[in-house]
Amino acid sequence: MQRYSGFGLVKHALSHHENWQRQWRNPTPKKEYDVIIVGGGGHGLATAYYLAKEHGITNVAVIEKGWLGGGNTARNTTIVRSNYLWDEAAALYEHSMKLWEGLSQDLNYNVMFSQRGVLNLGHTLQDMRDIQRRVNANRLNGIDSQVLDAKGVQELVPIMDCSKGARYPVMGASWQPRAGVARHDAVAWGFARGADARGVDILQQTEVTGFKILDGRIVGVHTNRGDIGAKTVGCVAAGNSGVLAKMAGFNLPLESHPLQALVSEPLKPILDTVVMSNHVHGYISQSDKGDLVIGAGIDGYLGYGQRGSYSTVEHTLQAIVEMFPIFSRVRMNRQWGGIVDTCPDACPILSATPVKGLFFNCGWGTGGFKATPGSGHVFAASLAKGEMHPIAAPFSIDRFHTGALVDEHGAAGVAH
Amino acid sequence: MSQVNRLSQGGRIDRSRQLHFTFNGKPYVGYAGDTLASALLANGIDIVNRSFKYSRPRGIVAAGAEEPNAIVQLGSSEATQVPNVRATQQALYEGLTARSTNGWPNVQRDLMGMVGKLSGTFMPPGFYYKTFMAPASLWMTYEKYIRKSAGLGRSPTEPDPDSYDHINQHCDVLVIGAGPAGLAAAVTAARNGARVILCDEQEEMGGSLLDSRELIDDSPAVQWVDRVIDELAAMDNVTLLPRTTANGYHDHNFVTLHERCTEHLADSAPASGSRRQARSRMHRVRASQVVLATGAHERPLVYANNDVPGNLLAGAVSTYIRRYGVAPGQKLVLSATNDHAYRAALDWREAGREVVAIVDARANPQGDLVAKARTLGIPIITESAVIEAKGAERVSGARVAKIDATRFTVAGEVEELACDTIASSGGYSPVIHLSSHTGTRPTWRDDILGFVPGEVKGLTSVGGARGVYPLDDVIRDGIDGGRQATQAAGLDANAVTGLVPQVSAREDGAACALYQVPHLKPSMRAPKQFVDLQNDVTAAGIELATREGFESIEHVKRYTAMGFGTDQGKLGNINGMAIAARCLHRSIPEVGTTVFRPNYTPVTFGAIVGRHCRDLFDPERYTALHQWHVEQGAEFEDVGQWKRPWYFPRTVNGKKETLHEAVARECLAVRERVGILDASTLGKIDIQGADAREFLGRVYTNKWAKLAPGRVRYGLMCKDDGMLMDDGTTSCLGENHFLMTTTTGGAAGVMEWLELWHQTEWPELDVYFTSVTDHWATMTVTGPDARKLLAELTDIDLDKEQFKFMDWREGTVAGVPARVFRISFTGELAYEINVQANYAMHVWTALFKHGEKYDLTPYGTETMHVLRAEKGLIIVGQDTDGSVTPEDLGMQWAIGYDKPYSWIGKRALSRSDTRRTDRKQFVGLKPKDPKVVLEEGAQIVFDPNQSIPMSMVGHVTSSYYSPTLGHGFALAVVKGGHERMGETVYLPMVDGKVHEAEIVSPVFLDPKGERQNV
Ligand SMILES: Cc1cc2nc3c(=O)[nH]c(=O)nc-3n(C[C@H](O)[C@H](O)[C@H](O)COP(=O)(O)OP(=O)(O)OC[C@H]3O[C@@H](n4cnc5c(N)ncnc54)[C@H](O)[C@@H]3O)c2cc1C
Repeated sequence: MQRYSGFGLVKHALSHHENWQRQWRNPTPKKEYDVIIVGGGGHGLATAYYLAKEHGITNVAVIEKGWLGGGNTARNTTIVRSNYLWDEAAALYEHSMKLWEGLSQDLNYNVMFSQRGVLNLGHTLQDMRDIQRRVNANRLNGIDSQVLDAKGVQELVPIMDCSKGARYPVMGASWQPRAGVARHDAVAWGFARGADARGVDILQQTEVTGFKILDGRIVGVHTNRGDIGAKTVGCVAAGNSGVLAKMAGFNLPLESHPLQALVSEPLKPILDTVVMSNHVHGYISQSDKGDLVIGAGIDGYLGYGQRGSYSTVEHTLQAIVEMFPIFSRVRMNRQWGGIVDTCPDACPILSATPVKGLFFNCGWGTGGFKATPGSGHVFAASLAKGEMHPIAAPFSIDRFHTGALVDEHGAAGVAH
Repeated sequence: MSQVNRLSQGGRIDRSRQLHFTFNGKPYVGYAGDTLASALLANGIDIVNRSFKYSRPRGIVAAGAEEPNAIVQLGSSEATQVPNVRATQQALYEGLTARSTNGWPNVQRDLMGMVGKLSGTFMPPGFYYKTFMAPASLWMTYEKYIRKSAGLGRSPTEPDPDSYDHINQHCDVLVIGAGPAGLAAAVTAARNGARVILCDEQEEMGGSLLDSRELIDDSPAVQWVDRVIDELAAMDNVTLLPRTTANGYHDHNFVTLHERCTEHLADSAPASGSRRQARSRMHRVRASQVVLATGAHERPLVYANNDVPGNLLAGAVSTYIRRYGVAPGQKLVLSATNDHAYRAALDWREAGREVVAIVDARANPQGDLVAKARTLGIPIITESAVIEAKGAERVSGARVAKIDATRFTVAGEVEELACDTIASSGGYSPVIHLSSHTGTRPTWRDDILGFVPGEVKGLTSVGGARGVYPLDDVIRDGIDGGRQATQAAGLDANAVTGLVPQVSAREDGAACALYQVPHLKPSMRAPKQFVDLQNDVTAAGIELATREGFESIEHVKRYTAMGFGTDQGKLGNINGMAIAARCLHRSIPEVGTTVFRPNYTPVTFGAIVGRHCRDLFDPERYTALHQWHVEQGAEFEDVGQWKRPWYFPRTVNGKKETLHEAVARECLAVRERVGILDASTLGKIDIQGADAREFLGRVYTNKWAKLAPGRVRYGLMCKDDGMLMDDGTTSCLGENHFLMTTTTGGAAGVMEWLELWHQTEWPELDVYFTSVTDHWATMTVTGPDARKLLAELTDIDLDKEQFKFMDWREGTVAGVPARVFRISFTGELAYEINVQANYAMHVWTALFKHGEKYDLTPYGTETMHVLRAEKGLIIVGQDTDGSVTPEDLGMQWAIGYDKPYSWIGKRALSRSDTRRTDRKQFVGLKPKDPKVVLEEGAQIVFDPNQSIPMSMVGHVTSSYYSPTLGHGFALAVVKGGHERMGETVYLPMVDGKVHEAEIVSPVFLDPKGERQNV
């Protein structure tokens, strides 16, 4: 792998950038792999990367029906935080956060992880109780998290309307300084490059159309480019996970909904933290390019079309202008949507399945980008060992039978 | 220096009306009818901005929505700033104030430009992914500097003085675009009786005809435009919307049209009469049929230094000359691949300026316009192109050479032509953006060298938007499309015909395909050849991306940022795709397009928000007694959409009570005398039908079979996962008639829940739900003196044997019909009086009149919370969080496991995890230190000495100081708490203190419930 550095950049400039190598190959599929990952999003690529790097398993294919990183990885608003309420969730997201903190160096790819802090606003007395509860839990779990009052919030974000005149005045917030945003595409590309360099085949424009199952054991997959054998298959297909599970003969308790986001035109820097409000229902940050990156909740209906309804955009911007009246004259450039796989308890599924050797990693819904490295890391360990990593174990599909849900609904703020 | 480039005649401007404006602080003059761009060009302003990444000087390139460079900051005051306005789409008005969005210290002498020149070679696409990694700790510092150079315009820092309207519209045929195709389609549909909306983004309707050379019916085409518009304007079934952009095309022919009502007049909407107008209006249109008549955008050619000011689109040159009377230079070189572009040279010549040469990529150009150019003696250099522009802040020459497009090489000597303007045209791209919003993919057509809209149900594309270009064909296509759409809308489309006007026919020769022009040096070494000017994306950048393995066009886009600008790639995308295709040795359709998404052009947030902000962001709900509370100086709490009195501070000795003082006083008043609460906000659902009772049995966990008329019961409602979702009392009003109450915040959700189960699971049940929350006002009179007080005002027998706890009675209170419920959320004797909401104030004031002698005290939600907590009564959402079962709450008594029919949550309650004995269970906590009031949300541990991460076993859900008990107390959930009575738990706090508390029963007061039964 060609190492990247500032010095390298200068060197390449002298040769007119004509000697940069491919960041990943475009290989022809082999007949068989030790492990197949279905889904070349951030989570799938991270899984492959850690399989190769940490477990020495390099005879691996990532099968992606479109272009790598083109699913929700390419569509999300990139908020990364770990201040989750329940121990199980906090452990998973904090594991991820620690990996984020060294990711650019580990991948030798600048994923622009920017720890500019995330505020989760409270607008009612109950919001504030929930915030205190979550912050207390975070603290005892070793996660940086603080309660701020309205004045503290105003100091951090002077341009926000924290006055009593707001419809739902800001009463305070939780504040996680280590949280922030990252460059989503770079995350997918960095993992892809790292995995490819260690021998992983990334097969783009290749769609898994079925599973080969023999005596209750996975033996391979059918694809539009022919059958490919494997002893272990990990499905990491986000909004399409339910479809894949059906192909394998079982159901998952997932609903696929459109989730939209939108950006303003690029503006000079004006907002340097991430602000999320569950109650007023919208969230916002400003990218390094200057766009205000904005989102809110899912569209209520189920669907696979990667766009949503206009009324959601209206509600989202109403919330933003309510919080930031000065943005009323700023203009919206673009909107888009992704398909998110939501679970009844707003937590992911990382699990073995009724089919031996077939594992699923899905259900991240509206908030899985932040988990990308952690999810890949524990999922790789699980695939390598054939049993779920302890951090992943609470997220097995058994929980929907036993009732041992990890319900982050009430607590997660806007669930991103 | 005034209007140096303004021609002495021509154009559609009003030379009798001068308009003054400033640009970068300097005053200028233009005319009514100018855009800001035409006025800037008229005044000879070459540099309008600096580019985003390399800080290169940039000038105006286009005349419409595709302009990438002339992005300005508008606004004469702080509150009326508008960032990123495209000067080509901004009408000039008196007093307009505009600034460049980049350039430091100013656009003319920009220091960043020097940096850009020096460091440009170190900033290929994706350079930031490859550096700034070491040391890790410095990234936030690097980023700070990267951010500094980000962005175009700036946000205002003061709130918007303007307002924005929304309007919902329906029509048979929505025609988007009022060029020849759209006008023909609209008039055809309208004459046949269709309800038509015709919108166009420009200041004037007419589209390409506004600057065309063609004749229609033997007179200039604009006269035909005027005739058609006059006809449409006179028809009742037609709505004409100029200055209105169709921004988003959503499912089922839902289209948003953004009408800019006042942006052509001032920064801020002027007043009309006493009222300020809306600055803009968003039409939310549901159209039976949509006709897309959005025309085509010209593609520039991609050659070296094609970004130097003075490089323009050929069509834009014609537009500026013919429509605005502005010739943006003196000496023109035209580089083209098609006949249509020759107009620019002809117009230039007719404006009295010099055409140095037309450089045509074709071997043997032949059409009528070519012939005309030849007749005028304009030199035509064939099989050639401008390969490089010369000049720094303005074009000073064009390097022209023979090229071999298929081999992508320069095939002959390079000649330098002195000129100050280079117009280029690489062909035309149909404006397919809106059709793409629907999710349909466009299809490539080799014959027109462009993508045309894919199939969309209810959509007809006409004219340039689907690659039909000759004017006579365009009009005919518009008429056909209009007829088709009318028919598809279910109307007779042949009622009126005979419209086809006579168009002077013109022969155009075939165009040739050329996107990037070869240079003597390979792309990576040639001077920059820009593809996306706004994002500084070059041909070399695209080549580099493909070399690095970014093969999908979406990858190319993301790696280079091509098409991410505010023009969304209108100018450069097709060229970029063509370059990617060349590098990947694929065809353009194989590479495909990226997906266009709303908005077509950027839209102000305010316009999308409309009136739904500030007070109207979410309705504020007031009870019928709200005014009284306000007059009493109550502090309010937001509960759902309601404003509820939180507490009623009194002023004692000139000092206003604090929350705690007021609450202590209110609590004692209730416990010792009598208090009153406005409980009107509780949800109320009237339930009727033969199966109403059965239905209650299925949605509540407890039994309803035996509840007799006149009786009230408390019920718990679970979700299907067995977790508590709401609670409340339901009263039996008659055998088949019940009144359910819900929590204030849960009312709408419960109503939906009931409907959901009824409509989807049990439609066979005969039951009806009506929300009656607002119909009734509810006043809770509670405390030892409650009976005495109420007795003075009611004809209901309040005898404790006749009217027992959990009974309800009908009668009058203060002379008004009332339902009185004897239920208690305080643990005291209590009557909940329900009267028709508009009688509430009368009853309330009567109660106070009679209550004076009992010291009747109004109390708010905070006191209510303390009183109920002393009794261990839960508040759903505060003491529960979606992970708590009725059994966790110790409410086994409210679960009817043996009900004959199953009920929601029953199955889940038998799962292994819900049967666990160490679940978090609802208990009371008594702090060891009586002065301590625990923090709500404090986490509980058994072992305070463990290290982090600690094993947390529960948390405090409610916590107060009790003036009745004289100490702090709390409600909490604790693992296995029901079996841990008397044990000590610890609460490690952020300040390092560790509180100790004893697990006790959650009922702190009157455990036998005697007080409410007196
Ligand atoms: C608008 C929006 C905003 C969001 N904001 C945030 C946020 O701020 N913070 C946050 O943490 N999370 C956020 N999320 C959620 C986050 O994007 C996802 O949880 C996360 O990216 C999921 O990553 P993934 O790799 O699992 O899925 P994806 O990136 O979707 O990858 C799945 C891949 O599987 C492929 N695939 C599917 N079926 C098949 C098949 N049969 N064969 C082959 N390949 C297949 C797909 O093409 C896709 O590339 C947001 C999501 C959206 C849509």
